[in-house]
Amino acid sequence: MRPDSLGFCRQLFVRHLRCGVRRVEEVFNSLVFFLMVVTLFPLGIGPDSNTLRELSPGIFWVVALLSALSVSGRLFSADFEDGSLEQLAVSGHPLGLCAMAEVLAHWVLSGLTLVVAAPVFALMLNMVPAAIPTLMLSLVLGTLCLSLLGGIGAALTVGVRRGALLLSLVMIPLTVPVLIFGTSAVGEAAIGYDPSRWIALMGAFAAMGLLLAPLAIGAGLRISLEQ
Amino acid sequence: MTRGYRALLAGIDLDIKPGELWQLTGPNGSGKTSLLRAIAGLIRVGVSGTIDRPETLLFQGHAPGIKGLLTPLENLQSHPGGLIEVESDRVREALAAVGLLRFLDTPVMRLSAGQQRRVGLARLWLSRSSLWLLDEPFTAIDRQGTTLLEDKLRSHCERGGAVVFTSHQDGKFGANLNQLELADYAAR
Repeated sequence: MRPDSLGFCRQLFVRHLRCGVRRVEEVFNSLVFFLMVVTLFPLGIGPDSNTLRELSPGIFWVVALLSALSVSGRLFSADFEDGSLEQLAVSGHPLGLCAMAEVLAHWVLSGLTLVVAAPVFALMLNMVPAAIPTLMLSLVLGTLCLSLLGGIGAALTVGVRRGALLLSLVMIPLTVPVLIFGTSAVGEAAIGYDPSRWIALMGAFAAMGLLLAPLAIGAGLRISLEQ
Repeated sequence: MTRGYRALLAGIDLDIKPGELWQLTGPNGSGKTSLLRAIAGLIRVGVSGTIDRPETLLFQGHAPGIKGLLTPLENLQSHPGGLIEVESDRVREALAAVGLLRFLDTPVMRLSAGQQRRVGLARLWLSRSSLWLLDEPFTAIDRQGTTLLEDKLRSHCERGGAVVFTSHQDGKFGANLNQLELADYAAR
């Protein structure tokens, strides 16, 4: 850690955001993916609005989890191919911290856009409107958790060819707490209970992730660069 | 030094002093890139012995860490390798020095391969590190650019810096150049 490390990370964060904004169709694509999967459920389980309403928190979170998996696998692959990662590794700044700039930029572009679009998808699943604020709040924290976990998985598998399936196998068990906290929060808000304890648990999970993910991502990337 | 299950290099004792210019030579697969990455600290597994390196160094691999979506100016100002000057006037001067003044605001992906290499090499004009490790710096660079780069490497050494690079070409460095032929150090 050098005195200017945080400033350097801020520069990197802006760099990644700028790249992301110039490739905005990718953000759009993941929202369209979400839209399409959400549309499949009424077709698959029938248009009965009560069933749909009951299942909606679970459906929403499972889809959020899958769409996070599908994008986070490529989190570092472009940086690996264009040499950015090895440059980070020789920059003298902590590699894990620098990589967090990329993870957080990814979260802003994929997670926060999903939060903004969430009310539309929720209404499509006939979710109780009163639960929507809780859904959005839990998504802010939940997508952060998923981006951090995805970052760890992507760091470990970035050098592996066709690492996508391997990544899913590594990640899915780790994402179970997010799924449980998320569906419980939204489910309880839908029947009029106070969901704050679930939100608190999720916040704790996100805080722990913010603390530990840089270490894990840094170590994972170092291993991946050893080739 | 071993890579995978293959012993690659053995018995290298290299002392790089300020002002020295080193070229690593050897046939394909002889371990030029591996040795350079080991010196940079990117490869640690399979390296036995010690490598003392300065706190800061400039490393340029086959891929220079340049994003196609960003302009040359943006690329250099937020380059992930750090350790360079990023004031926009200085970056502009560096890009002018490598002949890219007309392309300051063009996304790098619209430039030619050689021009893209030049964006990466512009870091040499901004570097704050004394040791430069360059893997095949002359790839895709035209004749005029090669001369420019050779001059830059020479002037860096004259100012007390040191350069280690890999190349198959014999540059016009004359007596200032030290060569390390890796075929002589192949592990059996």
